[in-house]
Amino acid sequence: MLMETKKLTKQFGGLTAVNDVDFTIEKGKINAIIGPNGAGKSTFFNLLSGTYTPSAGQVFYKGQDITKRPPDKIARLGVARTFQTTHLFEESTVLDNVIVGHRLRTSSNLWDAVFRTRRFKFEEKKCRDKAMEVLEFVELTHVMDEQAGSITQEEKKRVAFALALATDPEVVFLDEPTAGINPGETEGLASLMEKMVQRGITVCLIEHKMKMIMKLADKIMVLNYGEKIAEGTSEEIMNNQAVIEAYLGGGASA
Amino acid sequence: MDIFIQQVFNGLTIGSVYSLVALGLTLVYGILHIPNFAHGALYMLGAYITLTMMLLWGIHYWIAMAVSVLVVGLLGVLMDRLVFHPLRNAPPIHDKIAAIGILLFLEAFAQLIWGADYRTMETPYGQVVNLFGMTATTQRVLINIGAVVVMILLYLFLKKTYAGSTIIAMAQNREGASLVGINTSRVAMLTFMLSGGLAAVAASLSAPINLVFPGMGHLVILKAFVIIILGGMGSVPGAILGGYILGFTESLGATYISNDYKDIIAFLMLVIILSIKPKGLFSREGF
Amino acid sequence: MVSLLKNRGWIIGFIAAGVLFPFVLPNAYFLHILTLAFIWMIAVYGLNLLAGYTGYLSLAHAGFFAVGAYGLGLLTVKTGMNYWLALILACLITSAVGLVVGLVALRTREHFFAIYTLCVGYIIYLIIDKWDSLTGGVRGLIGIPEPSNIGPISFQTPISQYYLIFAFLLFTILVMYRIVHSLTGRTFIAIRNSEDLARTLGISTMKNKLMVFVLSAFFAGLAGALYASFIRFIGPDIGYITIIFDLLTYLLVGGIGTLAGPIVGTFLIVALSQSLQFLQDYRMLIFGPLLTLLIIFYPRGIAGAYHDWRLKRKSAQRTRPQKEQEYFETEESEKQVKEG
Repeated sequence: MLMETKKLTKQFGGLTAVNDVDFTIEKGKINAIIGPNGAGKSTFFNLLSGTYTPSAGQVFYKGQDITKRPPDKIARLGVARTFQTTHLFEESTVLDNVIVGHRLRTSSNLWDAVFRTRRFKFEEKKCRDKAMEVLEFVELTHVMDEQAGSITQEEKKRVAFALALATDPEVVFLDEPTAGINPGETEGLASLMEKMVQRGITVCLIEHKMKMIMKLADKIMVLNYGEKIAEGTSEEIMNNQAVIEAYLGGGASA
Repeated sequence: MDIFIQQVFNGLTIGSVYSLVALGLTLVYGILHIPNFAHGALYMLGAYITLTMMLLWGIHYWIAMAVSVLVVGLLGVLMDRLVFHPLRNAPPIHDKIAAIGILLFLEAFAQLIWGADYRTMETPYGQVVNLFGMTATTQRVLINIGAVVVMILLYLFLKKTYAGSTIIAMAQNREGASLVGINTSRVAMLTFMLSGGLAAVAASLSAPINLVFPGMGHLVILKAFVIIILGGMGSVPGAILGGYILGFTESLGATYISNDYKDIIAFLMLVIILSIKPKGLFSREGF
Repeated sequence: MVSLLKNRGWIIGFIAAGVLFPFVLPNAYFLHILTLAFIWMIAVYGLNLLAGYTGYLSLAHAGFFAVGAYGLGLLTVKTGMNYWLALILACLITSAVGLVVGLVALRTREHFFAIYTLCVGYIIYLIIDKWDSLTGGVRGLIGIPEPSNIGPISFQTPISQYYLIFAFLLFTILVMYRIVHSLTGRTFIAIRNSEDLARTLGISTMKNKLMVFVLSAFFAGLAGALYASFIRFIGPDIGYITIIFDLLTYLLVGGIGTLAGPIVGTFLIVALSQSLQFLQDYRMLIFGPLLTLLIIFYPRGIAGAYHDWRLKRKSAQRTRPQKEQEYFETEESEKQVKEG
């Protein structure tokens, strides 16, 4: 087990977005979180990556309590994530956009930048090499020098993956990675996720596309109204009464 | 004790003006999330238009004010149509810069037309009255009454009319408002109209006890920003309350601390508030 | 590589133009105006690093400019300190003020940040205006000395001051160029694009923003200090809001978030203001709408528009061969399908 939450809860004002969720992320697997709209999936992600601080409960990473850590510290531990919309610097090239992803593994500062020290040169190259490497991994070398604003939606998703991978993560959280792209492209991204797992990177994703999740995920958790209603393999989830009700009953209206 | 009462009354008077200006600012912010830096210029123009009507054509104070409200309100609408509407999907930094551009233009425009001199506005209400043991000019009393009347009218408009309720609906949820068929562009125009009108009322009421000059909006608008941060950006009651709080603080501060530094009070308040609560008072953590 | 050479061409051209100007046009008035423009450029570069590259629109920079100017003025006039020491101290004081302001200001975002910094700028102005015993209030501070000699080099003549300030400008540009083209600069740009994303990439946003803010205040202070010793008289109005509006206009016309922007914009607007002398106080009748129109139609100014135009031309050249290649590829894959 790579990551674990214990009784994780998040409240906004009087609203409970995530309630008492216990969840484990298995190392080297594809873990998925599903649930109707507004079930608290994104909030749960934000809690794991440190973007939100939990109201109660704890988050552990490799046995270490990281509940109160800020997102940049968590990222340094090897936890990367993507967002539903990727904010790229559109006027810059794809490669330039990805280079900054490895920034957290470097230490050159303002001084190095102004005086062009040896460390500066070494680390600039290191980040560039890393960016090339991850772009190759996500199969984007052909658009490397294009402007980020001119690439397709699916390519942007891949750039987001590349950015996350450039941080040298052990686990990557993907927030609806295939939203807004066509089935063929979804297929491509799914196999990219499998490729990541083969590389030893643990994957955890939020998804709406049930068919894809059932095929892809090793382990699934279902959230509804902020609470965990089921957890298990795809067969277990598909046969779970509570899940069927959540999706077909009132919860499916969203 | 007499001084104290006098200062409370002064605070009330200044506060009324601040509240009116802040109301216009907060309405626009609530609807469009634009900090309208040009609002101070609308205030300034409001005073000049009233003054010009009175001096040039000898129109009565109240009628001149009504004309001013209309003209400045329409100017607000024009601003929305020409500048803020085209920028509605631009990054937030653009609105601010555009607003600053409008501010600079309107100020230079006022200077071109009316000159850089400080002018006074004479009203029929210069006489001194005795009120609860203190002395004040009728004009000061009118500022207080006028402000309260305008606030009540605004409240009734927002709560009791359909047009007003669309403003509230859009302030609460823009997408929702447009989904239920509210024409958001029209609401935006209406809000700018109200906002400009409020600025004109505030300026026309307060000009007789202050001076009229092209830069007269600077301090007022800065303080109005402090007020809406104090009262919650976009909150109508917050703007009123915040305006009076600042009015009192300044009036008492000027008497008991230092008259030279009274203008700093507002900004120090802001610095302290934002130091403690970076998202302003009354902010909720959003989703 | 070509673009690097092109860049270098521009830079060498700019340096040559700056060095040769006093010989080509030996006019005392133009020299004065251009020296002033250089000072503004330094301040605009400071603002650009923060507003353009990191995405935080600071309206306090006129205040920082004034702190630098009054810092140098007071240190030299009231304590008789050596000019160069005072210059360094003035910049450090401004940086320190920037640090204190930044610590609070940078916890706020967007509108709050703009309003907060606007108020800070105004507080600085009010303090200078009201603190009569220290700053001389509205009467201003007179008799600020010109830069003292460094060995045999003296800075008494307008030409020598021109070159001195030009050197400071080149230093500023060099520093900016190196910051922007480094991991540190990329970090700033990442913060501008999305602070949330930057944080999940392991970037400590507060630390970086504070660094930019202080650096940006440093350059505003440097510009202010140079202004004080060049004009040799300062009043509270150098800290007034109109100054920050001027700086913003220069930056936006030239191109926010571009390296050439501050030079292009400042030079153009200063030159234009000179030729519109008769307008004087009414120049904002033109610049106000200009600013607004620019932000609607060319949000990245002249330098940004030029950049886009060049990229468009470049990509137009590139798409043609690429399409041919695609054509061949599809043919090949069709062949494969048939064979398979």
